[in-house]
Amino acid sequence: MNRRTVTRSSYAGILAMLALAVGACSSTKSSTDTTAAASAETTVAAATETTGAPTETTIAPAAPATTAAAAATGDKVTLSYFTFSAAPDHLKDLDAIVKAFEAKNPNISIDVKTAAYADYFTALQTQVAGKNAPDTFELNYENSVTYARSGALLDLTDKGIDPARYYPLALKGFNDGGKQYGLPATFSDVVLIYNKTLFDKAGISYPTAAWTWKDEQAAAEKLTDLKAGVYGHLQPVSFFEFYKALAQSGGQFFGADAKAAFNSAEGIEAATWLTSKPGKTMPSLTDIAGTPDFDTALFKSGKLAMWHNGIWQFSGLKDSGVDFDVVVEPGNKVKANAVFMNAAVASATTAHPVEAAKWIAFLTGSQTTVETRLASSWELPAVNDSAAFAAYLAVKPPANRKAVFEALDNVALPPVIERQQEMQDIVGKALESIVSDGVSAKDALDRAVTEVNALLP
Amino acid sequence: MVGAKGWRKAGIISVFLAPSLVCLLAFSLGPMIATAWVSAHEWNLIRAPHFVGFGNYRELLHDEKFQRALTNTVYYLAGYLPLVMIGGLALALLLNKRVRFVGLFRALYFLPVVTSWVVVSLLWKWLLHPKDGVVNWALSMFGIHGPGWWTSRTWAIPSVILASVWKDLGFVMVILLAGLQAIPETLQEAALLDGATSLQRLRLVTLPLLTPSLFFVIIISLINGFQVFDQVWVMTGGGPAGSSTVVVEQIVKNTFSYGRAGYASAQSIVLFAVILIITAIQLRTQKRWVFYA
Repeated sequence: MNRRTVTRSSYAGILAMLALAVGACSSTKSSTDTTAAASAETTVAAATETTGAPTETTIAPAAPATTAAAAATGDKVTLSYFTFSAAPDHLKDLDAIVKAFEAKNPNISIDVKTAAYADYFTALQTQVAGKNAPDTFELNYENSVTYARSGALLDLTDKGIDPARYYPLALKGFNDGGKQYGLPATFSDVVLIYNKTLFDKAGISYPTAAWTWKDEQAAAEKLTDLKAGVYGHLQPVSFFEFYKALAQSGGQFFGADAKAAFNSAEGIEAATWLTSKPGKTMPSLTDIAGTPDFDTALFKSGKLAMWHNGIWQFSGLKDSGVDFDVVVEPGNKVKANAVFMNAAVASATTAHPVEAAKWIAFLTGSQTTVETRLASSWELPAVNDSAAFAAYLAVKPPANRKAVFEALDNVALPPVIERQQEMQDIVGKALESIVSDGVSAKDALDRAVTEVNALLP
Repeated sequence: MVGAKGWRKAGIISVFLAPSLVCLLAFSLGPMIATAWVSAHEWNLIRAPHFVGFGNYRELLHDEKFQRALTNTVYYLAGYLPLVMIGGLALALLLNKRVRFVGLFRALYFLPVVTSWVVVSLLWKWLLHPKDGVVNWALSMFGIHGPGWWTSRTWAIPSVILASVWKDLGFVMVILLAGLQAIPETLQEAALLDGATSLQRLRLVTLPLLTPSLFFVIIISLINGFQVFDQVWVMTGGGPAGSSTVVVEQIVKNTFSYGRAGYASAQSIVLFAVILIITAIQLRTQKRWVFYA
């Protein structure tokens, strides 16, 4: 008998240990997937909402009409918002926007989760796959099509949004098949950033908006001084530069039959332009790939005359001591400028579509957001409100800040397909092989076209 | 184990096994079975999985990129395995002697083994930096213009091999050292008395008795080598222009960058099959050369 009780208690002990062990192995999972907790919270909120509803109805008639709409869905709702653009520099700014929204909508609270851009899409995909998608989240233009066509996004078309509030091109960018899947939150574009001191030293006049590739190349050759480690220009050899150079040459990435057509004469011209510079008037690709932020460091050290880069560099360059200004990028046959856009979207599976739409609209279009973003030199809000940008334009350097908006006159948006990343990698590798393996531009592009066409449905 | 007593014993054993068994089932066997299931689907992780049967496997047959990854993986193994085995064996033989500071040397050579792959890869990435790297600087002292290492098509995989051999040398050394110390002193002495030279003793006494350890290290190194990933990911990212792509690197890219979880799962299953077959062949052929004393 005695022995039996001993075994029994030891069983209990073992079971306790077992529970600990199981807890231990599951804890690794929850620590890596912090956002899972957020969605769990939302489900809890959803559950209380249903039970809370009957009692709420007795109060509703007494409430004023405006708040009644908000209260209609019931109790306090927690929405998760997953973002890559806030951390680490702009968490406080996002927090200010969240606070303002919560003050206006006391029944909604926003639970912000962040991830670094490099990890963001992996984290997002796994959450969606695990049916734990955040209620609302951020998407860039290039990835939005994949999510929209996979049915992961809530159609915001009839959710009380005001289309006139947004910059039309940006709004259209997140419209797929007539459905508005996202509201544009931010945009930024690429300009030609140049070092005035180097131009002065070489006795060359500054670049103007009328410049073409030829002007840039001629200046770059004069400005390059390899002995002193000074380079004339730097333009990344990448998919994003290629599609833009293609547009500047008057070419099409996808032809009329929706098949890849970038191996045209214009395509070859664009690829040749991008790949002829490295190691000559521009640092070699080995140099650029070998050191993180090589280009930024080079420009900041005053050894790069012209830099094709985005307006997000402005705040970093302000304190670099380099006397710089900007101008709309040189074109070839025509002008074409790259624009990057991010949108706020809602998950198709959110339990609170009305609240989600309301939050997204506030996050993207509210006066608070516009002011916060501009004041903190976060990215530019994609609102159709030139008055709001007056303060932004007044900040110097760069003196020619208006180039940021001039670039919007000739926008070339990147081609997007469902298998976007693969396409970008194919084009990137093709360009790389022209530079490092001496493959002819025609052969490299022909091959890339075949590969891209194989990705199309 | 028959009767109530036997069952009770089995029950107790299983309770003791449970902590590791539950984790094994949940985080190893479960995902493995799920991988097989996913491999029969097209799934970008966002949309619901769509059944395609053996479609992913059929596509693999014609996938040039996958073939290149397999070839590169074999290329990596062909460079890595002989170097790490011969190097590890040489180190083990050296450090099996009673020399001064032998403990310190053993610890030093083992240090890279316990260092994170990412740290080692970054270290070698900088050592082999084409412009500012120590290796090319040292070569230039002898008038040699060093190659572009991981930025060069030809040298990307040799760079990865170099880093891997450096890291794993200590592991091979430790296993072989243990094997060497298990060889009875009496056998060596007997050979010595019979007038065997040191080379003869190595060839006829030491190596045959070391074969079980060698066999173990080869199997482990091959299995790990087929799964080479971290060092490729950190040092070359599969580049330049896809020239150093390996199987696991493609699996990761396909799943998380390209949204092709099903295709990546099929690749995982194929890799698993390749490793299984090669390991099975090794186990079969061991009778011919592995000598268990």
